[in-house]
Amino acid sequence: MKIPVSWIKDYVDINIDTDKLCDIFTLSGTKVDGVEKQGDKIKNVFTGRILEVTPHPDADKLRVTKVTTGDGEVQIVTGAPNITEESVGKIVPVALVGAELPDGKKISKGKLRGVESCGMLCSVDELDLDPDEYPNASDHGIWILPDETPIGIDMRDYLKLTDTIIDFEITPNRPDCLSVLGVAREASALLAQPFRKPTINLKEDGVSVNELVSVEVLDYELCPRYAARVVTDVKIGPSPAWMQSKLKASGIRAINNIVDITNFVMLETGQPMHGFDLDKIADSKIIVRRAASGEKVVTLDDKERTLNNDMLVISDANSAIAVAGIMGCGNSEVDSDTTTILFESAIFNRACVRRGSKHIGIRTESSGRFEKGLDLETTIYALDRAAMLVEMIGAGRVCKDRIDCVQRMPEKKRITFNPQRINQLLGTNIPTEQMVDILVSFEFEFNETVSEVIVPIFRQDVEIEADIIEEIARHFDYNNIKPTLLEGKATTVGGRSYEQKIRKNILDTVLSCGYSEIYTYSFISPKEFDKLNLPQDDTLRNAVQIKNPLGEDFSIMRTTTLASMLECLSINYNRRAEDVRLFEMANVYIPSDQDDEQVSENDEGYHKKVTLPVQIPMLTIGAYGDGADYYEIKGVCEEVFDKLKIKKFNYEPVTDNPTFHPGKTAAIYIKGELAGIIGEIHPLVVQNYECGKDTIAAYLLIDVLIKNSSDKMKVKPLPKFPAVTRDIAMVVDDGISAGKIDAIVKNKAGQIFESLKLFDVYKGEQLKSGTKSIAYSIIFRSPDRTLTDDEVNKSMDNIYKALKEKLGAELR
Amino acid sequence: MLKDQLEQIREQAQDQIKNEVKNAQQLDEFRVKYLGKKGELTALLRGMSELSAEERPIIGQLANDVRSFLENKIQEAAQEFEKSAMADELKNDVIDITMPGKIKKLGKKHPLTSVTEEIEEVFISMGYEIAEGPEIEFDYYNFKALNTPEDHPARDLQDTFYINDRIVLRTQTSPVQIRVMENTKPPIKIICPGRVYRSDIADATHTPVFHQIEALVVDKGVTMGDLIGTLKLFAKKIFGENTNIRLRPHHFPFTEPSAEVDVSCWVCGGVGCRVCKQEGWIEILGAGMVHPNVLEMCGIDSKEYSGFAFGLGIERTAMGKYNIDDLRLLYENDIRFVSQF
Repeated sequence: MKIPVSWIKDYVDINIDTDKLCDIFTLSGTKVDGVEKQGDKIKNVFTGRILEVTPHPDADKLRVTKVTTGDGEVQIVTGAPNITEESVGKIVPVALVGAELPDGKKISKGKLRGVESCGMLCSVDELDLDPDEYPNASDHGIWILPDETPIGIDMRDYLKLTDTIIDFEITPNRPDCLSVLGVAREASALLAQPFRKPTINLKEDGVSVNELVSVEVLDYELCPRYAARVVTDVKIGPSPAWMQSKLKASGIRAINNIVDITNFVMLETGQPMHGFDLDKIADSKIIVRRAASGEKVVTLDDKERTLNNDMLVISDANSAIAVAGIMGCGNSEVDSDTTTILFESAIFNRACVRRGSKHIGIRTESSGRFEKGLDLETTIYALDRAAMLVEMIGAGRVCKDRIDCVQRMPEKKRITFNPQRINQLLGTNIPTEQMVDILVSFEFEFNETVSEVIVPIFRQDVEIEADIIEEIARHFDYNNIKPTLLEGKATTVGGRSYEQKIRKNILDTVLSCGYSEIYTYSFISPKEFDKLNLPQDDTLRNAVQIKNPLGEDFSIMRTTTLASMLECLSINYNRRAEDVRLFEMANVYIPSDQDDEQVSENDEGYHKKVTLPVQIPMLTIGAYGDGADYYEIKGVCEEVFDKLKIKKFNYEPVTDNPTFHPGKTAAIYIKGELAGIIGEIHPLVVQNYECGKDTIAAYLLIDVLIKNSSDKMKVKPLPKFPAVTRDIAMVVDDGISAGKIDAIVKNKAGQIFESLKLFDVYKGEQLKSGTKSIAYSIIFRSPDRTLTDDEVNKSMDNIYKALKEKLGAELR
Repeated sequence: MLKDQLEQIREQAQDQIKNEVKNAQQLDEFRVKYLGKKGELTALLRGMSELSAEERPIIGQLANDVRSFLENKIQEAAQEFEKSAMADELKNDVIDITMPGKIKKLGKKHPLTSVTEEIEEVFISMGYEIAEGPEIEFDYYNFKALNTPEDHPARDLQDTFYINDRIVLRTQTSPVQIRVMENTKPPIKIICPGRVYRSDIADATHTPVFHQIEALVVDKGVTMGDLIGTLKLFAKKIFGENTNIRLRPHHFPFTEPSAEVDVSCWVCGGVGCRVCKQEGWIEILGAGMVHPNVLEMCGIDSKEYSGFAFGLGIERTAMGKYNIDDLRLLYENDIRFVSQF
């Protein structure tokens, strides 16, 4: 909220500079978002008299002037058409050398077509002023000021641009500070200066309002208070300059005296007001009622709006004349012929205004204030203040009495005051008297025993002791509280849980394999399922839907992380990155399979009866380029297993996963449980994502890894006896997997087997088609003796025999 | 006689090996000349048998001395020649030390993980545990239990993604605090890092998915001074030893008193610069004393216990730390960005 400092000063003396004032506001919770010094952008521009105008020797459209701003004279060349010989003697704004103008222009000495020019004569536009406010100024030319204007006056002073405007960020709990009076009240408390709230002083004249209009509130729930006054003999015209300049400085345009009064009072008190043309109100009857469902009105902006039954309208005997708290309707609008006005000052239910304003899609200054909540006392003060201003500026005659529909006034809240507890929570030693002074300065009261604080009505946010503590602390300044570090409190061990440590281990291992970490959004487009080639009935298509997504592309919670990984690989591929290795550790979200249909969303215990969707953490790995293949990512997975001490895992071919290549994909099982999938991406999916054709990906279920992991290990003693290595090469059918051969070797090698290593696979001309040659080194060792040839030969014979019998292997 | 001859051989040999033997071949010739089967010393020793019994051990001793003297000299010279031969060889065995190294590149940790871990470490060292919770959350935990009933003005400030009327994508990690408080008897000292969601269209300073980390302490007698002390320590550890903090009263529904916390600008140190918009301070944290209503809703007696909580955005911290000017870079994962870390 923008407030000129001069307006605050109307209600409280401020004897410190603006910077200090801003600091005090900011550090007490009324944050200053910005400070604008009016006229800050106009420098070294003065009123001056034109002494002489002569033609330019070399340019028809230019004129050479001599002007004075008080002492001496300067020569200025101008191209403005309204400066002629007849302009001699006129007063104009003169930007001297060194001047700065609002558009950032800096004036320096120069030559125009060979003639020296030491400044510039300014137009209204060049001073960044609203041409509507200076109707007498020329449209396309220098601003000719009234003849009686003294010369040598700084234009900032002439324009009265001397105010400082502070932009406050008011937190939503302090609607009382969305007003000049509210901010001034804060200043008064913080600066220990008296607060001068204007006292109401009304003459009132003529008939009672009750003879002119009747008001009926049908729903006090949605309209706890409705007050109104009537002004007759209205003379619509401009409001006085002082009021206009205050409104302008606060960012509101002056319209006419009546509208300006309602705006002025709203800014001053925080209470929105509305003026109706009483002559247009059918039967002079105001009814505050819920809108009928589907009721149509035309609001002041000339748009037809359809209302619902949760909204409140102000209606006359026939039809709605305003959407309560949001916007008036054209049928009751004040215009230049208006002679009788009904001023409305009311409270409308926050939620009702909030929902209504959302429903019809309008937010106004007024609706914003109602949404935050207004207090029931200010309603009357604001109404009377408006009436007082009407009398003050002679805009009409204020009728006797006011209408005030209110069912019950709120009671002032009382809160126990316990200085010891306050100091205990803050960690301070603030004396009780100082606490009392602070609270009193914020207009809190005490009952006689000083054991209870009485909260002023306008402080709806203060409800409990903690709120009182904040009042004291913010006046004391949080930064004056001595920092401590939980001295004497219970000690805790802290640290990462086992699962958290294992997750960190996984992260570090994949990083050390050369894969970089990515972060992607948790929501995706349902179209991704098509791109992943998933059939229509695939269970992954059953995703948690977002009711109000940012668009279809972000509309469901992902059930697979592959889509995001492939998108990332694609982005990099299309930006010509040659080889890319990425991984992500993030969740997928699976709808709960529990049938919760019968639990109503209105059920208070909803959160206890319904199961949330399940989130499953995934490790997703993806790569292309630089020889990336199935085996590379398999290697990464096995590094992870090794780090996590997962020993028992096996691979099964996967031929029917629609996202992956049917011949180059495996499922990983750990102790029989599916732990993940690795494979080359299906060529169709590669096309859909526009990735490199050698794109490989894997995902592992982190929880399965954690379940089977261990962080315990014992070192094995180093071998004392030498190993014996035997190489073996065989020709087998192409379809026989290395895994099968491994299993036979391990099974048949006996106790002295240590390890085996595949070192060659060959397919080609020298072999029968459909076969391959495959070669291993097998290592034997005994922990307690040097092996003899005989022992090893015996093992090798067993291996040969089994390979031959079981796989038809032909040894080479 | 023989004695003189032995001395003479020693001197002669010493002289020769010093001045005449220049390479391994000459050394070999030298060895043969003196110690070979037909060498001078060998020849001389053949005359030993003619010596008297008294002289024999003396001369014998001397002869052995000369022999081992020569052998030492030969070995020394041989080592010298070997060394210099190797040095000659090494002189030609040269690599281009400026050619690229051959390491297999490590992967790069995402900056959001780095910042999260760094903050986690600070708190772990102070005895905090790490708590986690669901991202798809009941509005009860995300709002109501955090003292933010429907139509509370604070709901104005955050646009929430809804799954249905009662389930949301959490807008903050605070619901984790509620879940912990419901199930744990104080003392509680936790941090809750995690992914959160708000309905903001992505631009340079907003993404609909982002990350927060919050801290919560509940115990008997926890004070606002404890909150401020903890924040000071945290700011120094994360932003540098010279960092100052400033608390400004603010409003959050789940804390009272509440504060926004600024840290002195990490670029200019507080004098004012472009990064801090000339203010010298950068807003980084929300903090406060846990609202008694929140404690009570979790079944904790607010007369007996008090607590503090604060939270900050990981993205914002990462942007400051690494001078990232567009938040979207963090979620785009261009390898040219990722590989800089």
